[in-house]
Amino acid sequence: MEITSTLFTAKAIYVGVIFAITLGVAAYSTYFERIIAAFMQDRVGPDRAGPFGILQPLADAVKMFMKEDFIPSQSSKWLFIVAPCLSMLTALMTSAVVPFGDKLDLGGDVFLDLQGIDVNIGILWVFGIVSLGVYGILIGGWASNNKYSLLGAIRAASQNISYELAMGLSIIAILMLSGSLSTKTIVETQQNGHWNILYQPLGFVIFIVCAFAECNRTPFDLPECETELIGGYHTEYSSMKLGFYLFSEYINMFISGAVMATLYFGGYDYPGYEFVLDKFGMNIAALLGVGALIGKALIFVFIFMWVRWTLPRFRYDQLMGLGWTGLIPLSMFNVVLTGATMLFTVNGEGSNWMTVLLSWAGVAVMLVVTAFYSQSQYKKKKLATA
Amino acid sequence: MNFWYFLTALTLLSALMVVLSKNPIHSVLYLVFTFFCISGHYVLLNAQFLMAVNIVVYAGAIMVLFLFVIMMMDLRKNMPDSKNTLTKLAGAILGGTLLVIMVAATRKMDLSGDATIANYSSQTGMVESLGKILYRDYVLPFELVSVLFFVAMVGAVMLGKREAGERNF
Repeated sequence: MEITSTLFTAKAIYVGVIFAITLGVAAYSTYFERIIAAFMQDRVGPDRAGPFGILQPLADAVKMFMKEDFIPSQSSKWLFIVAPCLSMLTALMTSAVVPFGDKLDLGGDVFLDLQGIDVNIGILWVFGIVSLGVYGILIGGWASNNKYSLLGAIRAASQNISYELAMGLSIIAILMLSGSLSTKTIVETQQNGHWNILYQPLGFVIFIVCAFAECNRTPFDLPECETELIGGYHTEYSSMKLGFYLFSEYINMFISGAVMATLYFGGYDYPGYEFVLDKFGMNIAALLGVGALIGKALIFVFIFMWVRWTLPRFRYDQLMGLGWTGLIPLSMFNVVLTGATMLFTVNGEGSNWMTVLLSWAGVAVMLVVTAFYSQSQYKKKKLATA
Repeated sequence: MNFWYFLTALTLLSALMVVLSKNPIHSVLYLVFTFFCISGHYVLLNAQFLMAVNIVVYAGAIMVLFLFVIMMMDLRKNMPDSKNTLTKLAGAILGGTLLVIMVAATRKMDLSGDATIANYSSQTGMVESLGKILYRDYVLPFELVSVLFFVAMVGAVMLGKREAGERNF
């Protein structure tokens, strides 16, 4: 009884801390997005609220809460209110299965796993919640009773479903490597520098592109494309309901960064783990691991912003073309390539380095063949039109 | 056990609301909620993998497409006509037959058999044991089902991709 109650309290504190970190990171992402945008466009950016403008998220929150909360008269009221909450809920639920760190020793043989729930279907949980994320946008767009909102919602739905397929196929290659659906096991197989990015260069590229599409970030932010759709699915939203939508996007960015770090960049693994474990003990090593994972996730958040202020938006048919004719065949090729490279490690004859070498060589061969093929197609087309 | 009663009541209630609500969008949303309740039942039966797949496939993909199609329709114009007597009769007969089959199946079921705590295995519903059964004992049906899916997919593409001025089928 004693042990379970200690563990329960510790777990509750852990969940609270993760919740606070997620919200804090999301709040400060809005600030850093503006700072990065300002840097890239040679402006100053927010600098009024507090030193360097670091109180800007607070000021934004106050502004959001103070604004008039408007509900369109012909809308379906309950769904209009529920939709942003759903967005927020699904954004926050994914972090339950992300292992933020190894174990903490609480004394008296009580060990706390630094992970919300260690279910043996971990990665499917992530996948399920991601596929539910579109409901918030879909319902919100429909409930607004506005044609532009509806168009944004429908775009979001078709975009998310299209990119989920490629995302799932790229995850399958990871599952083949680690032999388990559990996120904890996936991280444990990557310890000591055996990060999946070494074995899965192509899979990672596919996954990050799909993550951009699933988070509705530029260059795939068609659902809120303001040049065509006013504000997309959140045209009719104001006050904190709009705030929830914007906030859930930043949470999604952070969490998808954490998921990418878990799947491809060794999770809470960091160079020198053994050394820290010997010198300072288990708890310090585990906490440093948490720091490592959050740091990796923040790097991904930065990449999200970097891309946003670098690339222009896709056209809608280009988006669908990339998803269905580009990424899905590529991810199928990736599954076959992973199977081929794994022949070396499974039979125990080759070393890990051969697998790594073969995965990169496979990608290189694929690139060369595609380049030659598209060149010949291009020449044919040119001859036909000339 | 109490939780099971609560979940079952919730499932039945939301399933009823699927049929009873006037607005098709509300029906679809209730159906999504019903799928969640059924996933809850899967968890209670220790089948986590089924729960996740149910949510990913049904709630995450198929229902989104349902919503998609219903939102595209103009509901004020395309309201389904009120049912005539024949459809009502057909529905009653179909539903009644299903009920009879289910009652008969339940009566035939042997609940006293193996399901005791002594030979209960906590790994029964886990993905590892499911995969072993699926790929060892039921390989042929499994592969046949995937062929069936493939045929259906090709058929859908054939139907959907009708080029101007020609018939593909």
